[in-house]
Amino acid sequence: MNFQMSDMAYILPETIMAVCAMLLLVADLVIHDKKVTAWLSLAIVGATMAFTMSVPVGTAFSGMVVSDRYATFFKMVFLINAALTILVSGAYFSARKEEHGEYYILMLFATLGMMMMASSGDLMSLYLGLELMALSTYVLAGFLRRDIKSNEASVKYFMLGAFSSAFLLYGISLIYGLTGTTQLAGIAKMLGEGTITGNPVLLAAIVMFVVAFGFKVAAAPFHMWAPDVYEGAPTPVTAFMSVGPKAAGFAVMARVFVAAFASELAGWSALLAMLAVLTMAVGNIMALGQTNIKRMLAYSSIAHAGYALIGVIAGTAQGVAAMMNYMMIYAFMNFGAFAVIILLDRNGTGFDGLDDFRGLSKTRPGIAFIMLLFMFSLAGIPPTAGFIGKFYLFTAAVNSGHVYIVIAAAIFSAISAYFYLRVVRLMYMEAPDSEIMCACEPVRVKIVLAVTAAAVVLIGLFPDALVSLARGSASVFRG
Amino acid sequence: MLVELFFFYFAAAVIGLSLMVITRKNPVHSVLWMLLLFFHIAGLYLMLNAEMMAAIQLIVYAGAILVLFLFVVLLLDLKKEIGEEQYVGVWPTGVAVAVALFTLLLIMTRSFVAGPHGNITIERVRELSHPGVVGRAMFTEYLFPFEVASLVLLVAVIGAIILAKKRIKE
Repeated sequence: MNFQMSDMAYILPETIMAVCAMLLLVADLVIHDKKVTAWLSLAIVGATMAFTMSVPVGTAFSGMVVSDRYATFFKMVFLINAALTILVSGAYFSARKEEHGEYYILMLFATLGMMMMASSGDLMSLYLGLELMALSTYVLAGFLRRDIKSNEASVKYFMLGAFSSAFLLYGISLIYGLTGTTQLAGIAKMLGEGTITGNPVLLAAIVMFVVAFGFKVAAAPFHMWAPDVYEGAPTPVTAFMSVGPKAAGFAVMARVFVAAFASELAGWSALLAMLAVLTMAVGNIMALGQTNIKRMLAYSSIAHAGYALIGVIAGTAQGVAAMMNYMMIYAFMNFGAFAVIILLDRNGTGFDGLDDFRGLSKTRPGIAFIMLLFMFSLAGIPPTAGFIGKFYLFTAAVNSGHVYIVIAAAIFSAISAYFYLRVVRLMYMEAPDSEIMCACEPVRVKIVLAVTAAAVVLIGLFPDALVSLARGSASVFRG
Repeated sequence: MLVELFFFYFAAAVIGLSLMVITRKNPVHSVLWMLLLFFHIAGLYLMLNAEMMAAIQLIVYAGAILVLFLFVVLLLDLKKEIGEEQYVGVWPTGVAVAVALFTLLLIMTRSFVAGPHGNITIERVRELSHPGVVGRAMFTEYLFPFEVASLVLLVAVIGAIILAKKRIKE
């Protein structure tokens, strides 16, 4: 029970990240060129990534931390997301004269919170990781302090986030009362005995968890905050938020539902299935009428939460593997689409109307082609990565007997093709009405575009490596 | 019997005082009602044999956080605040949902079965004293969450300074 030095080995990546982030916070006081802070924070992410890959497998801190391949896989998603965000942020914020070193530090702390969520073995460490992530993200959303929309995004996200935390805490307290433990393994053991299966209090606790996690991944009907927050927040932060907290939400969802509440599969699976269909419907149908690209991508990211939920609903290791696979692919394609918007940003005046894409293939053929790739991938058209992701999700759902949900997902995917391909049509089949001025084309954003586009194509053509990695990492789940 | 009587007094007072907090138009009055609310919550902790929690509730919440609230409230334009509409138009829907949820949870709690108890019994608390038990748990079993909580507070401090204090470059 007491602290042992050997426990530190399991949280070495987190420790390195936390210590370096705090040192950078102090060092930032004397660093005048914020570019240096950006590169240093990128180096911290890189170092953390290196240590994450070699972390030993096991539990530490009396079961609070579980270090396994599942956690490692998600940590890689979070770290990739953080690295991409750091690369696209500099130019965006310096054009708006709001480049502060603390931005990168909060980004590191948010990522740290996500990593703690992914490797939490106890509801206490899960909750604290979630708060660390959420609190940092609330501030990041409001980073453009002179922009009233950014203020609004921050306040809205904060209020609703606090509300969802209350649900999570109530759920945790009910579970603690019923099982006498907050450890996920202990809960699984206690529920596995079957003495309280079907107890209304247990069902209420499951509902509370569904509400809280549904909020974090922006699943309908808990998605109301997403369009406003995604639109108002600075675009790099929107890209960060649409991938990181969502992936972290899914990481804990599988740990809590698939592992700890395994014996209550019928209950939460039915609940999540309703949520998934509603989420896909709301996301895809609402996206049809959007004229703002950030709002459209917000609804699109709601819809993608619906697809990924299918993997959790299956409740099998195969389903979890498909969900992990999808999260990694989604991270690249979604981030790429946001990176295009950031690149086309007109010196701080913003680039967010769909009409701005008109005739892009004439003025910027390269960028237009990359955007086409991301749109195809988000719509799930082969041979891009998005198709591979959906393919494995649907296979897992069919194998676990959820055929109806696959049919629904297929229908909504077809609907989604309309609004994704509308962007392509605007780029390729319309004449440009204005010359897009890009006085400063940051190389860092171009690197991000190259990386994400390459990932989308390569995973689409050679999916084996990622698929087998996800499958191996999900083997910690039974079934 | 006497214990139940005390419990029902504190429980009813907590609900009543919470309602007072959210229905007052003047924020200063709200904060003062909240002070009373915190005292009654501390009373509930005392009935659970959690003297340490009761003391912390009073020192930290009633003593420190509430004073901070008062400072913030004093920065507001009170006259304007009182003149404004207090609730948004859809408040009856909110009340209906809250009442429905409350009823549902009330029905649910009737089938509650307590799980196995932990290793911290009243005898053990008597033997080690309250701070002793809390401190031991915090620095052994809950060491990791305790450390993460410090990071959460650090982020809150950084965030507050950035959003409110840091000078805007022109």
